[in-house]
This record gives sequence, structure tokens and C-alpha cells, in this order.
Amino acid sequence: MSASTATRNAYGKTLVQLGKENPDIVVLDADLSQSTKTVMFAREFPDRFFNMGIAEQNLMGTAAGLAASGKIPFASTFAIFATGRAYEPIRNAIAYPRLNVKIAATHAGLTVGEDGASHQCLEDIAIMRVIPNMTVICPADGVETEAVVRAATHYKGPVYIRLGRAKVPDIYNKDEYKSQWGRGITLRDGGDVTIVATGIMVAMALEAAGDLKRNGISARVIDIHTIKPIDRELIIKAALETGTIVTAEEHSIIGGLGSAVAEVLCEEAPVPVIRVGAKDTFGESGTAEELLIKYGLTPGCIMQAVERALKAKGR
Amino acid sequence: MYSLEYDIEKLRSMAVRIRRYIIEMTHRARSGHPGGSMSSVEILTALYFAIMRIDPARPDWEHRDRFVLSKGHASPVLYATLALRGYFPEEELSGFRRIDSMLQGHPDMKGTPGVEMSSGSLGLGFSAACGMAAAAKLDKKDCRVYALIGDGEAQEGIIWEASMAAAHYRLDNLTAFLDHNGLQIDGRNEEVISVEPLTAKWRAFGWEVLQVDGHSFEQITTAVERAKGIKGRPTIIIARTVKGKGVSYMEDKAEWHGKAPGDEDRDIALKELEVVCSEC
Repeated sequence: MSASTATRNAYGKTLVQLGKENPDIVVLDADLSQSTKTVMFAREFPDRFFNMGIAEQNLMGTAAGLAASGKIPFASTFAIFATGRAYEPIRNAIAYPRLNVKIAATHAGLTVGEDGASHQCLEDIAIMRVIPNMTVICPADGVETEAVVRAATHYKGPVYIRLGRAKVPDIYNKDEYKSQWGRGITLRDGGDVTIVATGIMVAMALEAAGDLKRNGISARVIDIHTIKPIDRELIIKAALETGTIVTAEEHSIIGGLGSAVAEVLCEEAPVPVIRVGAKDTFGESGTAEELLIKYGLTPGCIMQAVERALKAKGR
Repeated sequence: MYSLEYDIEKLRSMAVRIRRYIIEMTHRARSGHPGGSMSSVEILTALYFAIMRIDPARPDWEHRDRFVLSKGHASPVLYATLALRGYFPEEELSGFRRIDSMLQGHPDMKGTPGVEMSSGSLGLGFSAACGMAAAAKLDKKDCRVYALIGDGEAQEGIIWEASMAAAHYRLDNLTAFLDHNGLQIDGRNEEVISVEPLTAKWRAFGWEVLQVDGHSFEQITTAVERAKGIKGRPTIIIARTVKGKGVSYMEDKAEWHGKAPGDEDRDIALKELEVVCSEC
């Protein structure tokens, strides 16, 4: 697989396309348009771009007001500021009145890299997922990013889209990609274990599954781009058919994809669930690659988790 | 065109009816915020009965003027005004703060006709009002956006974020009111955290600042007319008000910020408000 696109880049390009198609789309940023890539939209549609300055609460409140007047606002900044600094405006001014705001946050996770722990948001999925009315999406590559950003404009209601800074391998072919709102995608079939992954961990899950195959282990791989509402049916089916699940996310193991999967399974189809993710820790400065290794977010770590899962299943 | 005939005597008697409802609603609910509701009665009465271009039969009419109650705890004054203006039956007011009622403790735009923005978390409504004004500009609509904030609310950081942005984007279709009653839950503004000098602050942020007696219909309507003529920047009307206005024992008392009148309190209040009514 080739490393080609950062999801933030695909987001920026898609916004420009959408801007041409739909005059109601407006974009807001908080002085990070070069980084979030909303600058592409700003250049093309300066009248429909609002730089709110370094003021994330007002970014969300203004987006709410624009949505209340019929616009489809995309509000962008880094994930830590969008969901951390502006949590309560998102909850009370956007989600509670179910306003049609799309929060597209970039620089999520450890792959922010050198900026360090203050900027590496590992809890955004958790804090967006807990808000009623909020849809939470984390695309795996550029193609999926374009698809979910487009789909988000057709859905009426608040959506949180989690995007990354670093380039990620292409998983999907644009011409063949098909996704349904809220439905996971089975990328690889397998009967021994299911790896449920989101975001950049999808590519790693596929790599791990390939290596496991060579060890005689048949691993199913599911891409959960929509973490909320989660595809319960697909996850329950995988649990019943493969007997154990490994989850993988560039996020804390508390409250994110792993928790969402475990919540479904403990009620519907209890099987061992092993979570790969940041283990209740802050990150630090380093290259994206170094950080993924140090914090246990690699195909090798997924394989180790699969071993644990298989052992637990056999008990 | 869509506002009612401007008649001071009618506005005065409407204000009394609204005040009576505020007392009755908070008494019946045994909770709610009468003090800051009473202080902003004239502002809402003037907006809904004399100033705004609205049509209660069409609360979603796209060319309507909009009012956002950013100090959402003053929901009783908003609900009473909306009901009397015809957005929903006055009988609904008795459900205020009760289970299964459409009148939530703090405004809920999805549940109540005429409520433009859910509010209650201070500062957010003001920010959303800026977004509405920006949307109207974008669509080249001539509708105007009004927002009411409290003086305690001016302590919220987002108020100043939004004030900066509204001036930057030249939102001259936005008129804010500051209900300056000088009191907040814990006491006088200057004892809690000083908000003064308010005029200098908003001027420094690029706003036109007007000052009025917040209980004078003449001054409120005149100021709004002036604001409509100011181009290139938003206007804030700092309205000097009395918390608990109209009820002797409530006036200028912080304790009535979020306390409901008991049976006896209600009887006294309604009696006082009747006296005022017969004068008008």
C-alpha cells in the first residue's frame, strides 16, 4: 500500500468540490486553515469562509447560528481544541438543538507528532460519542474521507469527523468505494478472529491480517468509519462467527471504538474483546512513526492482541 | 409591517401582563428566575410588539427578524412574550418547567415555536446570534438579529470572542441589548467580577454603544431606530435596568435571581402589578 494522502488533505479538496455544488455550504476555521486545509475552500469561496480567529467557543457558537439560518457549516480546527476547548458549545449550541453543523477536526491522535501531548488528542471520539444527537465518523483514507464528508452534507444533523495530519496508505479505490451511512465495511473475511479498526489503524489491521494468514490464522477485518451510531449488526455477526474481537484505534482505549464495540457485545454477544489503542496515557513529542511504535499502535501490536484474543477465546 | 401598531400605553399594559405571567409561572413551577426576567420585560415587549418584523403564524418565515435570549435563564419573560404575541396558547405557560411541557427551564428551539436558539449556557446564544447575522448578510436578506445578554453574562469569554468577530465581519444587522441590572447570583457585579467600563469595552471592540433606561419604551425604540441606521458595525444598547422591576420586594435584590415566589410573595406581587396596570 502506498502512503499517499492525509485525510485532512482529502477533506480540503472535497470541501472545494462541495462548495461548487452547494451554495449553502460555509466553512469556519480558528486560525488553522493552512493546517486543516480549509484554506483551499477559503481561496475559492472567500465570502463563504469565516476565519473566527483563535476562538474555538465562538467558532462553534457561530456555526450553530449559521446552521439555524439554513447554512451547512463545516467548522474546523485541531481535534483537541474542537472537542476540548469547545466541548460545551458543541453540546449545548449544536447537539442539543440538533443543528446541522459538521465539525471536521484535524490533527487527531498521536500522529500529530512533534507538537507533543498538548496537541495529540486521544479522547475526542469518547467525548463526542457521549453527546446525544452526535454522529461520530473517523475515515481510514482519502477516498473514504471524501465519501463521508459528502455523505455528511446530505445528512441533517450534527456530525463529528475525525481527521489526521499524517499521510496514510490508500486502502480504497475511488471508483469502487461504496459505503453506507452507519455501516461498517468488511475488508477481509476470516473465521478465527475479527479485527475491528478505525482511521489509520484500518491499514495496519489489514497488514496484520496478512501476516497472521502466514501463521495460519484467519482474521476478518472490519473498517468502522462510523463509530456512532455503530454498526451493531455487523459487529454482533463477527463476534458470533469468529468468537473474539480485537479493536484498533489511534485513540485512548477508554471511551473510543474499543469501548463502543465492547458496549455492543457485552449486551448482545459476549466474547473476549482486546483493545489496541493508547493505554490511558498522554503522548509526547516525536515523529509519527516513532510514537506509533512507542505507544503500541502497529500491525505487530495488533498481532499480539490477536494472540491474546485467541487465548481468551480458547479458555 | 409585521410589527404591531406602536402605542406606548398598549406596550405598558402588555408589560404588566408579562410581569404577572412571570410571577405566576415561577410561583407555579416553584423554580425559575424571576429577577432577570422582570428586568428585561420592556426590552422584549418593545422588540416583539413594536420593533421586530415577525409573523407569529409563520415562526419559520425566512425573512423574519430574529431574537435570541442569550441570558436563557430569563425564559419566563420570553415565554410570556411569545404567548401574548400569539406564537402559542397562553395556557401553555402553566406547564413551565414541568415534565412533558414544551416550556423547558431554559429555551429549547426545537420544542417551542418562536424560540430562535436554545440557550441557557451563558454566552452561546450571543455567539449564535452573530452566526445568524452573518447568514443574513451572506444571503443579502434585510432581516435583523437581536440578542439579549446579561451583565453577569459579560464575564463569559465567548462574549468577547463573539464581540470581536461581529465587529470584524461588520455585522451591522446585529443589535445586542445588555440587561444591565448590576446583579448576578452571588451579588453585585462589582463584588463578583467587575464588568465596567462596559461602554469603553464594547467601543474598544469596534461596536457602536448606546445607552438607555431599559424600562423606557421611548428610549428603547429610539435606540433601535438609531442602531438600524448605523452602518459597518454592530450596535449594543446598554440598558440600565432594575432586577425584579415592578415588584417592591424583588427590586434590586440578588436573592431573587433564581428564587421562585411563594404563595404570599405571589399575592403581594400580583397586587402591586394590578395597581400599576390600572394606572396605565
